Amino acid sequence: MEHVVIIGNGVSGITAARHIRKLSNKKITVISAETEYFFSRTALMYVYMGHMKFEHTQPYENDFWKKNRIDLLKAYVQQIDTSNKQLRLDNGNFLAYDQLIIATGSQSNKFGWPGQDLKAVQGLYSYQDLESMEKYSATTQRAVIVGGGLIGVEMAEMFLSRGIAVTFLVREDRFWGGVLPKQEGELVARHIRQHGVDLRFNTELQEILSDKNGRVKAIVTKEGEEIGCQFVGLTAGVSPNIQFLKGGEIQINRGVLVNEFLATNIENIYAIGDCAEFCEHPTGRKNIEQVWYTGRMMGETVAQTVCGNKTAYQPGVWFNSAKFFDIEYQTYGWVHNELKENETDFYWEHEDGKKCLHLVYDKTTKQLLGMNTFGIRMRHEVCEKWIKEGRKMDEVMTYLKDANFDPEFYKQYEDEIVKQYNQENGTSVSVKKRDWKRIFSS
Amino acid sequence: MKDQDSLSIAQPHPKGIDFIQKLGLVISAIGILILLVAWGGYTFQQNGLFLSLSLGTIFLGTVIYAARTYLTQPAGIHNNGIWQKSFTNRGMWGWLVGIVLTGFYVLLYWYPQYLGLAQNGEQNKGLVALFDPLSQFFKGQPASQWFMYGTIYTLLICSLGIKFMLKYRDNRYQAIRTLVVIVSQLFLAYLIPEILEGFSDSNHYFAKDIKNVWPLNYYFFQDWHLNNMLEHGGNLGMFYFVVGLFLFLVFTPIITYYVGKRWYCSWVCGCGGLAETAGDPYRHLSSKKISVWKLERWMIHGVMVLVFLMTFASLYGYFTNSVTFLGLEIYAYFQRPYGFLIGAAFSGVVGVGFYPLLGNRVWCRFGCPMAGYMGIIQRFKSRFRITTNGGQCISCGNCSTYCEMGIDVRAYAQKGQNIVRASCVGCGVCSAVCPRGVLKLENGPEEVRVKDNPILIGKEEIKMDVG
Repeated sequence: MEHVVIIGNGVSGITAARHIRKLSNKKITVISAETEYFFSRTALMYVYMGHMKFEHTQPYENDFWKKNRIDLLKAYVQQIDTSNKQLRLDNGNFLAYDQLIIATGSQSNKFGWPGQDLKAVQGLYSYQDLESMEKYSATTQRAVIVGGGLIGVEMAEMFLSRGIAVTFLVREDRFWGGVLPKQEGELVARHIRQHGVDLRFNTELQEILSDKNGRVKAIVTKEGEEIGCQFVGLTAGVSPNIQFLKGGEIQINRGVLVNEFLATNIENIYAIGDCAEFCEHPTGRKNIEQVWYTGRMMGETVAQTVCGNKTAYQPGVWFNSAKFFDIEYQTYGWVHNELKENETDFYWEHEDGKKCLHLVYDKTTKQLLGMNTFGIRMRHEVCEKWIKEGRKMDEVMTYLKDANFDPEFYKQYEDEIVKQYNQENGTSVSVKKRDWKRIFSS
Repeated sequence: MKDQDSLSIAQPHPKGIDFIQKLGLVISAIGILILLVAWGGYTFQQNGLFLSLSLGTIFLGTVIYAARTYLTQPAGIHNNGIWQKSFTNRGMWGWLVGIVLTGFYVLLYWYPQYLGLAQNGEQNKGLVALFDPLSQFFKGQPASQWFMYGTIYTLLICSLGIKFMLKYRDNRYQAIRTLVVIVSQLFLAYLIPEILEGFSDSNHYFAKDIKNVWPLNYYFFQDWHLNNMLEHGGNLGMFYFVVGLFLFLVFTPIITYYVGKRWYCSWVCGCGGLAETAGDPYRHLSSKKISVWKLERWMIHGVMVLVFLMTFASLYGYFTNSVTFLGLEIYAYFQRPYGFLIGAAFSGVVGVGFYPLLGNRVWCRFGCPMAGYMGIIQRFKSRFRITTNGGQCISCGNCSTYCEMGIDVRAYAQKGQNIVRASCVGCGVCSAVCPRGVLKLENGPEEVRVKDNPILIGKEEIKMDVG
């Protein structure tokens, strides 16, 4: 029986394993050094905040794996011996494979800051990171978080839930400036501050200072200000976790280099998820995609190929979501931090400053290219259809109610939004009532 | 990861409580203390004064505490520390609350004399006596343990319902739903029945909570109840009889078809009302295991069979003027066992007493025949579903954790499937706690209730193999 070995039990590796099992009878082994069972990495924050126990982050009951004949192995892979098709494990054993999928995910970025390896200086990615945060929290009165992105804001929320003060250093002049347009960045910043976070823009980390026990006692900014703290969160992004491949046969750059079929340069070896880097992205996106959803899609795609149905990775319309404290964010298509040459936009914000809708469209054709919403839920299928089919803005506005996914009885803002759109564009679009037939026709 | 216990001094408690919160707790503690003193057997000389004081302070204190707790924070989800507090994570305090509640129910059903109910023509004492003035006011007779219980029950739904509304103050579904829960309990289940009781023949009691429909009200078709309605109840009795039949046969199936069973279970039902308000801090304790789901289906449908059997025997007896059915005495072999095992032990003692241990919907999930009846309609012939929003699920598990009915919502959401389940009571909390806007309770066309979702994989050529 052919043996498929998957390194990594995150969403990419586990999705691959599950789909290989659906499609075939192959022997499947999933190796992880992190945890025995698959858990949802995105939910670690809720364990810390006491919303859930760790077991609740595990989407499958423990007997699921045996029932589905997916062998789990807790070990660390030290080396891949591509010529003999076997893995060397940290327990001294070797494991032979016929096909290998590398799904080792990410690690937190460290940019060579002095003191970055001190105690209580860490990112938040793994189960071990969570344990370590837990360990240091009891003796932390102030935490400094470095890097304004999604993990940083999660960490801030976590600390505040335990009554720990947070100073948040952001290098750019706005929040998540590499991704969010100015308006959204400001909206998020306002909300973070409303929760009592000391949020500082245009502020960079210079150095982390140690106390006599090798634990952080303060940080120094580029401007020379010293901020006393007992914990430093490094949340300036993540990068592929592939040290164990360095110097080996498998071609790597920042990540494991793969083609559109997620195949590496070595036959029968694939890489998926956060650790994979496309030589050339099949749809022209960034070559490394570090998102839950794309990891899942790559897992499903590679399962097809591994089972003999060679399939290229072709993700549909881009989407993503997040939550900044109490404000939910959804995005469909592309809304870049700055408008591109051919783009223009429409921005509506509710007077409470916590809800907005940002649509980006083509200047000349008026076709919708992407949308951001904060504080308003949107219907994925509808948004995807509009963007894929290049619906024109007037039409999008007419049927805006079809896309609303807020819970029943919520106040709806489409009339207000379209009124503003008409004023700004000299149009006379009138909003149509939601229609099930339109929503479900595809 | 070890659970933190709030009693441990090693772990600083997240943000202590401030003066106003403490004030609220102290005020409501006064009211609870009065109840406990009365429960202990002490009979107040001025019951009216102490009853007003007790009910008033419990209500006021709870509202002050809740308002201070939630209005000082930005609107959002407030589940911090739920699994870290002994009160809500089956810790010492949770067990203590469970034991006290269970004990209260045992006395209520089987030993009401220990709550002070009058024996052999004497006067009420202790806790029941405390409620005499209110009962006299409504219906000119001393309180029964049921009047005492109904009053406290209503008080809890009102005060903790307001707490729930403040907790979810930015969520209009929760606000409106909880308002309806409070109004249903206060008027339909408490005030109107108690006032009508005052005008009725008190020797011939029949159920006047109009929404307490058979088979949840299991004695509706028992001979004594039919007699009290039809022979002694006059126009009012006839009205309740006709409405009772109509609600079960016509209204329930039609409304459940359009909006699911939630119109009842999480909007107007008394058991559901208590679960959604007083039971809210325990909603995450329901088991999500597949094995428990199997058990649930056996149990709830088992109880349905029992209630049908018992009712059939009762009606047989009523129409044939017989006290036996198939040679068995109807009261001894059908009505009494059902009342004892299901009506009292299951729905009361276990159903509420075990809130802090098994979650707030034990009865609704494993026992309630009304929920079972509507569940079958909801599962097979209804427009209600929880829609999963494309591929946005991140499998975090908040939805499953906070589902009081023990539905593993995530198992569906992460596959892009809609949730169509007999047990869902439509409380809407999964949708509220979802951090990615994935879940929406909807009433829509039946054809697309269950759908495959190609967006999940982002690739239309591969058909999603749902399983």
